[in-house]
This record gives sequence, structure tokens and C-alpha cells, in this order.
Amino acid sequence: MSERENKPNTSNWFMWFDVRHRDIGDWAFVLHRLTALGLVLYLGMHLIVLGTLTLGPDAFNSFIDLAHNPLFIFGELLVVAAALYHGLNGLRVGLTSFGVAIPYQKQLWYVVMAIAVIGSIIFAISMFTA
Amino acid sequence: MSTSKWDVTFLVYRKKGQGTPHYDEFTIKVNPDEYVLDAIERIWAYQDRSLVFAHACHHSTCGACGMRVNGVEKLTCITLIRDVTADGGKVKVDPLRNFPIISDLTVDMGVLYTRMDEVGHRPVLPLSEEPAEPGVKPVKIAAEGDIIRLADCIECGLCISACPIANTTSGYLGPAVLAGALQHGLDSDQHLFSLVEGENGVWRCHSAFECTEVCPSYVEPAGKIMELRKQVIWKRIFGIAK
Repeated sequence: MSERENKPNTSNWFMWFDVRHRDIGDWAFVLHRLTALGLVLYLGMHLIVLGTLTLGPDAFNSFIDLAHNPLFIFGELLVVAAALYHGLNGLRVGLTSFGVAIPYQKQLWYVVMAIAVIGSIIFAISMFTA
Repeated sequence: MSTSKWDVTFLVYRKKGQGTPHYDEFTIKVNPDEYVLDAIERIWAYQDRSLVFAHACHHSTCGACGMRVNGVEKLTCITLIRDVTADGGKVKVDPLRNFPIISDLTVDMGVLYTRMDEVGHRPVLPLSEEPAEPGVKPVKIAAEGDIIRLADCIECGLCISACPIANTTSGYLGPAVLAGALQHGLDSDQHLFSLVEGENGVWRCHSAFECTEVCPSYVEPAGKIMELRKQVIWKRIFGIAK
């Protein structure tokens, strides 16, 4: 058996996200990674914000005032869009990973994107007009 | 067949030993219905005899001339120039990714060949044994055993170069090797089963499908990996590969 190294290639990490000249499957994969990173970042921020509850009602209420800022709402919309894409594409990957609809993986991705975009628009209208 | 010549500039990746990688430009007249490999051979023959590249059969059977043409993995012997550029245009030629570069456009694919041997991939096999496609049982034929064929996979390495996971983890077996493992079958070989279900096996694939996109032999490695996953689960639950 050949000796096998198993070191992550971190010297050119930006190539992990390099989708130039690549096809839809790779775009889907990279977007899946980016949305995962975004959602993890959001989770961390969410926990920090919840932590302000321990500082008393004034601290939390002042944060809630900040959350009404349009820039903040836009950030929340990005979270919704990322969650929609990541969840739906996760279903696509789950299906194809077990041999279902492999020849239609591109078409499935178009459906995923369509639902994610339409869903994000609906959420955007709802969030900015509330 | 077109008779008018095109002026095309080839940007060719160069690297010798520990030297700094760079691109050399070669502008040549080509027939657009020639192949990229023809142009590279002409550059070598008439402009720079120090250019190192690999090739052999010129008809997509040996798998030696794999390179990245404008960033996409191609067998250069079957890649028409008119399909990758226009008159007065440029063609960028790079070596395959995820393999050590020997010199210029030539890479060391030893690790691929070693792993193909490790999983028992046979380049020639009885006609009935190569699965036509994932999930399809091989067709029984009367003269089984007498008729042999070349396996679909020509071990060109294009799928390894295109795979984003091979790009991030050198230990990942890679699409061609996992497809080779499916050809061998999991039932008879416990070592192979351990290898395939291990940390660098089928579960490392993230379904980017780039391997299937670039495969010149229609092996559909991504589909084979998914089929292998089903077999791994089946064997785990019922003790035999489905």
C-alpha cells in the first residue's frame, strides 16, 4: 500500500473558492461552502447578542433598536438567503449522493436557485415593509 | 475542413526544476480544425525544443496529453483549436493540477497509477464486467470470457485535476481511483472496502461533479462514487455489496 499524506492544502487556500472555468456543480459546491461559513459566523454573532440578556433589559433593548436599522435588516436577509440556499442545496446533494437524479443534478440546482431567489425576495418584501 | 489559417497566440506554462513558473508566448499560424496538441508539437518543433510535454497515441486512448486549456482539463489531442479560441485569439495551456510538475506541461501521475493498482483496477477486462452505468447490471453475453475490452477509464488524470477535493486534500483517493474500485467490486476484498469507506474514500467527495464534466471517456466518475456509496452502506448493513 502506498504511503498517503493527508495534509490540507492551505498554501493556496483561495483556490478552494476559485470557480473560474468550472461548471455548475463546482459553483454549487463553493456557494454551499460560503453559505456554511456565513451561517456559522451568524450563529456566533447570534450567541453574542443573546449574551447581552445577561447585562440587563437596557442592554438588550438598545440592541433591538439597532436591529431596526435597514443595514441590519439587510444582513438578516442575507442570513435567510444563505439558509434557504444551503438547506435546499443540501437536499440536492443528499439526493445525488445516494444515486437519485444524478443525470439531473444541474437541473436540480436551477430549481434550488429559483426557490432560494424567490424565497429571498418574498422575505425581503416582508422584512422591509413590516 | 477549413483551409484558412488563424493567427493564434499560445500562452504556455513553463517551469524547469526549482525555477520560477512563468508563461511563454508563442504566436503561430494554425488551421482551426487542428488540435491543440498539434499546435504544441509545432511550437516544440519550430520554436522551442526545450518545451516538455507528454503525448503518445493522438486519438484519446493513451491519456497522456491531458492539460488545462484555458483553465479547463482537456485531452489536447481531441481538443479542436476552433473550440477554444478565435482568429487572433489566445490559448492558455497549463499542466494538470493536483500532481507534482516534472517540467513545463508534464506532471508526475505516479500516485494515480499506484492507487489504481491498489484498488485493483484492470485496464483490460471481459466485456461483461464493466458496468455500463451506475445501477445497471452488466449484460450477460454468450461468449463471456472470450471477448475483452479496454476499460473506459484511460487513467488520464483529468478528473483528479478538476476535483476541488483533490485540490484541498492530497490523500483523497480521487474520482478515477474510486471508479476503479467500483469496477473491481467490494465483496471480495476487505482491504479495498476499508480503503473506500475510509476518511479518504467515497465520503470525502462533495458532489461538485467536475470529474464527470471533464472526463473524456464518459466514465462518469461522480456517478460511480455515488454507486460505491450505496454499496458501502449495503455491505455495512447486510454484509454484502449490493
